[in-house]
Amino acid sequence: MNALDFLAQTLRIAIPYLLAASAGVLSERAGLIGLTLEGYMLGGAFCAAATSFAVASGMPDQAGLAPWIGVLAAVVGGALLSMLYATSAIRFRADQVVVGIAINLLAVGLTRFFLRLFFDSSSNSPRVPGFDAKGAGTGFGALVHDPLVWIGVVMVPSVGWLLYRTPFGLRVRAVGEHPAAAASVGVPVARVRYLAVALSGMIAGLAGAYLALDQHQFTDGMTAGRGFIALAATIFGRWDPLRAGLACLLFAAAETLQIQLQGTHAIPSQFIEMIPYVLTIIALAGVVGRAVPPAALGKTSAE
Amino acid sequence: MNRRAILEEAILPPFVALLLAAVVGDVLILSFGQSPGDVYKLLLDGTWGNAYGFGQVLYKATTLVFTGLAVGLGLRAGLFNIGAESQLAAGGFCAALAGMLLPAGIPALVCLPLFIFAAGLGGGVVGAIPGVLKARFGAHEVIVTIMLNFIVLALLNYLTSEKFHVPDTLHTPELKSGPLPRLGDMMDSFHGSAANATILLAIIAAIVMGWYLFRTRRGFELRAVGLQSHAAEYAGVNVAGVTWRALAVSGAIAGLGGLNYVLGYKHYYEEGFATGAGFLGIAVALVGRNHPVGIILAALLFATLSQGGLAVNAIVPKQMVDVLQAVVILAVSTSVPEVRRLLRGARRSVES
Repeated sequence: MNALDFLAQTLRIAIPYLLAASAGVLSERAGLIGLTLEGYMLGGAFCAAATSFAVASGMPDQAGLAPWIGVLAAVVGGALLSMLYATSAIRFRADQVVVGIAINLLAVGLTRFFLRLFFDSSSNSPRVPGFDAKGAGTGFGALVHDPLVWIGVVMVPSVGWLLYRTPFGLRVRAVGEHPAAAASVGVPVARVRYLAVALSGMIAGLAGAYLALDQHQFTDGMTAGRGFIALAATIFGRWDPLRAGLACLLFAAAETLQIQLQGTHAIPSQFIEMIPYVLTIIALAGVVGRAVPPAALGKTSAE
Repeated sequence: MNRRAILEEAILPPFVALLLAAVVGDVLILSFGQSPGDVYKLLLDGTWGNAYGFGQVLYKATTLVFTGLAVGLGLRAGLFNIGAESQLAAGGFCAALAGMLLPAGIPALVCLPLFIFAAGLGGGVVGAIPGVLKARFGAHEVIVTIMLNFIVLALLNYLTSEKFHVPDTLHTPELKSGPLPRLGDMMDSFHGSAANATILLAIIAAIVMGWYLFRTRRGFELRAVGLQSHAAEYAGVNVAGVTWRALAVSGAIAGLGGLNYVLGYKHYYEEGFATGAGFLGIAVALVGRNHPVGIILAALLFATLSQGGLAVNAIVPKQMVDVLQAVVILAVSTSVPEVRRLLRGARRSVES
């Protein structure tokens, strides 16, 4: 494998991380813990696969449109799950960690149930249309044909721009840092949080859509902890979109390396798998530059 | 607040949650074209209706009591242990290792303390890491325990698949001595079910935890830190000490849950032997309101649901149960603050 292929493979693995970590930064900067990323992604992946399949089989002459409608469905699915989370955590002041875990379990349960209901399978959906163009080959050639790759690359700077260059971003950072102060200058704290969480659900839904459309099917539990790797990147990147994006690329490069080393027994693959998690713990413990979360993160009654 | 008010606030949310879960369950069952009454009847028949099903419920509940107690103890100290999943696995793995090292022919009662020590140590070490990081560096235990889940499970995967497995399988060699008897050995009607004597250990653990929390000074300090850590510190409690001890003990309790599989059921460690039991422990602690008695009842409830899923699988997907479990957690956690607010508001309006 040459350097260019390595980079292409890294980018391919990094896309869902980049999207989900952008979602994580947005949610956490508004004060809501990003434990739910995994659930949004899984829900998004299922919505994308099921809708793309339904459109392609229902309107065969419009098959080119199928993956686009799938993406739209993933955005809606992610938004619905995130609104459930936001309503519990903001309106009802439920504990974010508990609700977050419940949302993830709910996403697992619902996708399994509807997999049985729609496709009569407990493991995977049938093949669904994705974005790939014929004859594009592998490496970067295949990647540039997937609009979700472009969206993923652009998402990180976009969220950075939103957070640091717009009035809405300023409000998001304010309600995540000091909601009482934000409220005292007239910022509608709850509304800003709802919006930030909804956006984060939509973006993480896109990450799921990428997985499902890239693999041309939905498989049970296909996110396989990627939402938590994105959460790790959010924290390791100290809640800054660009740094979190770099963390995503780093984690993806490690994974690519692991795939390359498979079979050589140079380093057991399990140890490379641990890298994102170990780095995150080190960052949190503050051995090299302490990671300090937004002040109001996870606090329920702070309004 | 009087006893009755405390009890109302504790018991109402789980009932609201069960009601909501039943409604969601009805919708799911109807969407599959079945009658809810038939499905619920089948669910009960397959769990509490016969000895085998009941034995399976008891087996699953045993693991959940341990993970529920583990999470509950942490929550009493204001700490969220999401690491029960990997602590449980580490406990089971260490017990299986101890079983490989012990010579054959030692009576179960003699080596039982050793197994308890091994499993508790395995889970306790995994629990102590976030405890120390929290006490020493202020690292948030939620994130650290989540990350540790992945690290520990990857490590156990490496150790099992590369070092300790029986060729052509994914499990460790069987224990040479010390397996605990199954209920099926004592009562014929339980034959075939996995329920075993570990259930007594689970009950003892619940009693010990109740005594520790509510009858000892250490337990009082732990609860004080959980309620108001600044006030506790001002009163002279060593908050850092309480923090790391609580998470270490919590991990040890979760680790003991591994005995249910390793000592009582299969007699070896296998990857994924209790996948999901750690996360369900959070649900159990939540529904059981972090009280040992509540935790035992909640463990029975969630064990009934997951065994019941298998019982109804012929007519509705067993995956329905996964949804119901999530709905219960979501509804309990959402209704706890709301119920408290409504009850207190109602009481105030009565008093004034």
